[in-house]
Amino acid sequence: MSLELLGGRVLAPWFGSSIYVWGSIITVFMLSLSVGYFIGGRLSLHSPSLAKFGCMFLLAAAILVPVIYLAEPVMIWVFDRIEDPRYGSLAASLVLFVAPTVVLGMISPYSVRLLVRRREESGKVAGTLYFVSTLGSALGTLATSFYFVLWFEMDTIIVVLAGTLLLLGALGICCRGLDRHA
Amino acid sequence: MHDIRSIASAILLACAVASAGVAADQQVLHREQSLYHTILVVAEPTRLCLKFSVRNNTRNQSCVDPHDSKRMVFGYTRMMMAALLVVPEPETVLVAGLGGGTLPTALAALLPDVRIDVVEIDPAVVKVARTYFDFQENERVRVHIRDARVFVKRALQRGRQYDLVILDAYSGDYIPEHLMTAEFLDETRKLLAPGGAVVANTLATSQLYDHESETYRLVFGEFFNLRVSTSNNRVILATNGPLPNKATLRANSRTWRPALGPYDVPITSYPRRLSTKVDWDPTKRPLTDQYSPANLLKGSR
Repeated sequence: MSLELLGGRVLAPWFGSSIYVWGSIITVFMLSLSVGYFIGGRLSLHSPSLAKFGCMFLLAAAILVPVIYLAEPVMIWVFDRIEDPRYGSLAASLVLFVAPTVVLGMISPYSVRLLVRRREESGKVAGTLYFVSTLGSALGTLATSFYFVLWFEMDTIIVVLAGTLLLLGALGICCRGLDRHA
Repeated sequence: MHDIRSIASAILLACAVASAGVAADQQVLHREQSLYHTILVVAEPTRLCLKFSVRNNTRNQSCVDPHDSKRMVFGYTRMMMAALLVVPEPETVLVAGLGGGTLPTALAALLPDVRIDVVEIDPAVVKVARTYFDFQENERVRVHIRDARVFVKRALQRGRQYDLVILDAYSGDYIPEHLMTAEFLDETRKLLAPGGAVVANTLATSQLYDHESETYRLVFGEFFNLRVSTSNNRVILATNGPLPNKATLRANSRTWRPALGPYDVPITSYPRRLSTKVDWDPTKRPLTDQYSPANLLKGSR
């Protein structure tokens, strides 16, 4: 959600901040998350492990950072080719935000697979995960729009997001070791 | 019993009036929910006003005196005419933000050869300006329904230039944050013909004043600030070359004085009010596309 909010900021200098820009961004994020959920669910079938799970975070971080550098050239390229700011903002958000958001979407179903031990508790585990991830989205939205934009530059916030993903990924891979010792 | 009933009806009436956001002596001629605001056209005893309303907080965008349609009702509109001191004979003008169309209408009447492009994001505002405020489009005055930032970028791409750019897209309650950054001002500066100027209407209160002033200084260097004690607005005049000296400003004000009489613009008082003094905190961060919490800063004094 934090990334989605910043997406609006990234696009505004080229495509304005009208309702269609938000329409483009929300569409692209929803589409990407849905694809990510699907892929994440499939991946969970093939010998799931905490290490692979950690790699998803690392991958998301690795894809997120180039967005900072690609944003400007991508938007110039799109602006030169698409006159209508509705389709311009849609094209630019597709290029910039699909990859990181798909990877972030993979995380939820994969974590369900890792956390469910018995079939009877699957609903409870999924519920807890939805609870945690949606609560996190809410807090991320609030913190970003109320405070982060007042304190930090946009790129700084994106780098911190990527850094957090990196840490979580590393943590996942380390814990795999602990798991084995236990 | 009778008393209670009359008190109750008075309370009800007061609530009805308050919820409409207008006082008892005002008559709502038109109400429209556009994509961006609730637009109201309100007839007051001595003037006709365009208002944008968010719940009960209604703010005048533009007012005219129906008996004297040229008279500029708002102080800030009169102050914006100080642009003619810096660019006395503009041939091409870009106006970002239409409102009731007061400025483009006045400029089109004062300058027989001028070409004016107006960029306004809200088609409903254009319709209201045409219907109620006698705003006329013709081959000299054209309106573009577009985000001003997008319009400026396209205009640059097509190599267009303007002698005068008027920035009046801030509705007071909400500031389009991408229209207040150094990058946007730099794009606007590049759009200026040699000797051209940008004139911007902004608020003089709140922390935003410092940040905004630093942003203009970053892009244009020294600029003119125009403030009058009776107005919460301040007008910025910035050029892409050196600022004109006081003698030039005074000469231009004398030239324009007769024509501006009917508009009630005290143009000859402006040269001495145009100040280059740094009356803000220069340590404040300029606004950029990376950092532009303009609406959050506006809320903090």
